[in-house]
Amino acid sequence: MRIFFIFLLAGLTLQGCKNETKSELPILGHREPVERQVEGKTVVDTIYQTIEPFSYLNQDSTLVTEKDFNGKIYVADFFFTSCNTICPVMHRNMLNVYEKFKGNPKVKFLSHSIDSKYDVPSKLKKYADKLGIEGTQWEFVHGSSDSIYNVSAKNYLVAAYEDKTDPQGFVHQGWFILVDENKHMRGAYDGTKDDQVEQMVADMQILLNEKKTNEK
Amino acid sequence: MRRRQMRNRILLISFFSFSLFILFESCSSEEQINYQRYYVNGKGLYEQHCQNCHAKDGTGLKSLYPPLTDTSYIQSNKNQLSCIIKYGLNTKIEIAGKEYHAEMPANAQLSDIDIAQLIVYIGNSFGNKIGYYDASEANADLKNCKF
Ligand code: HEC
Repeated sequence: MRIFFIFLLAGLTLQGCKNETKSELPILGHREPVERQVEGKTVVDTIYQTIEPFSYLNQDSTLVTEKDFNGKIYVADFFFTSCNTICPVMHRNMLNVYEKFKGNPKVKFLSHSIDSKYDVPSKLKKYADKLGIEGTQWEFVHGSSDSIYNVSAKNYLVAAYEDKTDPQGFVHQGWFILVDENKHMRGAYDGTKDDQVEQMVADMQILLNEKKTNEK
Repeated sequence: MRRRQMRNRILLISFFSFSLFILFESCSSEEQINYQRYYVNGKGLYEQHCQNCHAKDGTGLKSLYPPLTDTSYIQSNKNQLSCIIKYGLNTKIEIAGKEYHAEMPANAQLSDIDIAQLIVYIGNSFGNKIGYYDASEANADLKNCKF
């Protein structure tokens, strides 16, 4: 009898474990139900928030748009080269993730500078060089401050703005935002925390394995 | 009579050396205690003020931030560490065979004892072994900054 209970308990625990490993990622952001008629019946579709088209200059002064991310998953973040608080920690972690997916044509990285005055493409180039990044798998981009602040808040839901009272002049959050092939946000991770970054790597793997089922 | 004198002398000498021993022992164990206190506090200060750039294990970040694992640099610049920490650094330096030219911000708010604690921590971590460094040494070194 006792043995039976132990087995039951073990079974339940295992079951509990299984439920925790997620095999599907949610779609983040706002959503809208849209009704349409199919053969006289009303069908409700959900329209998920997508990253809007953008265009920036990267570290090589080349134009970068959303098209460069078509058919790929990517991680986006916000930083500036002279930031000496959370940015070094974020990019130390991002570099580890980059090394894991280096050369994978389905994975990209997009770091937006929020210091548009100082971080012109040549500054971004110097920064990328010092970080040891070559090629375009990891893009460091420059845009007008309006467009960057707008994109961070509206598209990626990350706070980033100028603040004269901050010792470094900017307020920004250290989120890594994971975006799928359909430009839907699928995860947000604190880029300064090792365990969350590890979770992101696992989630990226899930996205890479995901079939293109949500395409409409 | 002579024997007695001899014995007294021996007693005196052993007493004297014993007290010397005690004195020395208590001194060194006080330094030992200070060392441990400085090291632990220094670790906390390091996490707060330095770790984001120089990393938890002192390896820095590529060519952006130099590592603190160049033991010969740390050893030979022991008396400049206080200045680097307090006033920052912005020159061309060679660390572990690699050239760095970046800007390390100043930490003007740190007291002599904070600085000494930081130096005891970094100076005895990441492979370094410079031993104890007192707040009074920080005070003196800060008057002779070279950079
Ligand atoms: C904003 C990033 C940053 C922070 C924070 C920072 N440093 Fe540095 N540190 C640097 C850079 C960059 C250099 C190289 C400066 C140069 O090229 O002149 C440097 C150089 C050094 C050096 C000499 C070179 C070496 O690698 O041995 C020491 C020692 C050092 N830092 C210790 C510290 C300590 C201790 C703290 C905490 C109080 C600290 N740093 C905080 C960026 C930083």
